[in-house]
Amino acid sequence: MSTVVLLVITGLGLGALYFLVASGLSLIYGLMGVLNLAHGSFLTISAFLGWEVGRRVSDGTWLGLAVSALVGIAVGAIVAALTEYLLIRRLYERHIEQALVTVGLSLASVALFEGIWGTDPIYTEKPDWLGQTTVILGAKIPNDRFLLIACALLVLGGIVLFLRRTRYGLIIRAGVENRSMVTALGIDVRRSFTLVFAIGGAAAGLGGVLSSVYYGYVSAHLGSTLLIFAFIVTVIGGLGSLTGAAIASVLVAVLQQFANFYLGGTGDLVVVIALAAVLLVRPRGLLGKVA
Amino acid sequence: MSAPILTVRRLSGRIAGQQVVENVSFEVPATGVTALLGRNGVGKTSTIRSILGLIDRTGEVTLDGHRIDRLPTHRIVQQGVGYVPEDREVFGSLTVGENLRLAERDDRPRRDFVAQLFPDIHDRRAQRAGTLSGGQQQMVSLARALVNENRLLLVDEPTKGLAPKIVDEVAVALAEAARTVPMLLVEQNLHVIRALADRVVVLSGGRVVFTGEAADLLDDEDRIQRYLGVHDADAAAEGSSR
Ligand SMILES: Nc1ncnc2c1ncn2[C@@H]1O[C@H](COP(=O)(O)OP(=O)(O)OP(=O)(O)O)[C@@H](O)[C@H]1O
Ligand SMILES: [Mg+2]
Repeated sequence: MSTVVLLVITGLGLGALYFLVASGLSLIYGLMGVLNLAHGSFLTISAFLGWEVGRRVSDGTWLGLAVSALVGIAVGAIVAALTEYLLIRRLYERHIEQALVTVGLSLASVALFEGIWGTDPIYTEKPDWLGQTTVILGAKIPNDRFLLIACALLVLGGIVLFLRRTRYGLIIRAGVENRSMVTALGIDVRRSFTLVFAIGGAAAGLGGVLSSVYYGYVSAHLGSTLLIFAFIVTVIGGLGSLTGAAIASVLVAVLQQFANFYLGGTGDLVVVIALAAVLLVRPRGLLGKVA
Repeated sequence: MSAPILTVRRLSGRIAGQQVVENVSFEVPATGVTALLGRNGVGKTSTIRSILGLIDRTGEVTLDGHRIDRLPTHRIVQQGVGYVPEDREVFGSLTVGENLRLAERDDRPRRDFVAQLFPDIHDRRAQRAGTLSGGQQQMVSLARALVNENRLLLVDEPTKGLAPKIVDEVAVALAEAARTVPMLLVEQNLHVIRALADRVVVLSGGRVVFTGEAADLLDDEDRIQRYLGVHDADAAAEGSSR
């Protein structure tokens, strides 16, 4: 029983990280049809800069972590918005070129990060409480899981409120459904493209800082690893569906944990099989719109 | 006659490299309804979408004397062009109220006017537009255009696929709108054309083959048959069966 509880809550924590990456991927794809393969770079640069600033302010404390998180969010938003504005904007509807540019950016950025911060993981400090455990139903749960889950829920709630309650949210929801009709109502939909990149980048930036807490290190490859699973989550959830991404994040991560524990470390394989199964049975994903 | 609100000169449009509008020229006067007619697939929708920049186009288009053929779609619409697309294109996942709010271009939306024109829609503000009937969706699509003060309305087959009673309602709403704003109307239903159109522009093979007073076309059975490929009697039967 305690093992099951541990696996579920750890899965939820990991799912939270997936969601922070997948939410942006899904929104960006839903609105613009862009598969943003550079999304992992937004995460990695945010993790590094968040760590650099946070440890100088106060290493291994809540204050330091809060500063890291804020820096990570800001860096993610700015880098993503700049990427959209300078590179992707010129390439809308040109899917091959988009893929090339975003893949290139992601490879180049990993090389750049390795040049600056080296190829080995750099171990990070975190507030003591996050390194301790809490006993739930007999299971000793590492406390950082709770932080991840709480942050992902806040982000989910924040994005949902933004989409439901603001004019930009309205434009984005309409644009996901029928972009050209939005422009035909006199709305410059491109402005919301930049905004969606910024929001997705901010979530990924927070994800970067939190993944350094979860893994205990920062590394130039942090983003690439999470990006793969976030993509799987996005496809399973249904490209363009935020709720789908949230549900699929949890399903994938929990499945992965259970397979790793009970099926001899086959978590990644099982996730890929699950992806194939979903694509066969329901090609548009759990909650995706009809393609 | 005063200067036209819209002039179209040598307009060509292409979709995926294929020419769908070919060297089309015509004018829309500053008052009344100009009907854009022609057989199925002749390029009426594509002409309207070219004017709006929704498809790649070349040629010269002026709105009230100012060139708009280089502007992106949203800028053209912001100049005061209301668009009611073929097949309505309401946002099905948004509520009726959200569809209308999204369409409001300034801080002086004519909500009361629209509510009076379409009381049924007004009562269904909280309903998801995707769950409305076809006729109701058409009302939402019209309301999205009419909630703004426009200088020109582009309306594409507003009665397509609607029951006769709904066709009449749509026609009444269009007539009401046309009292204050000039309109370019694509329409297949001859009754509606007769009731609304002041002038007609007929396309054939992607080109303009007839322009003139509505009566000159509509009182000439021969021309109706030649340009539109229907007999008036057929059209009447079709109109009531749809
Ligand atoms: N997306 C598209 N891709 C390729 N060809 C298209 C596309 N849309 C329209 N066409 C072609 O362009 C031509 C003109 O189509 P358009 O829809 O403008 O005609 P229409 O006069 O509005 O017809 P209808 O009366 O049936 O609405 C047609 O031959 C059509 O097949
Ligand atoms: Mg048409």
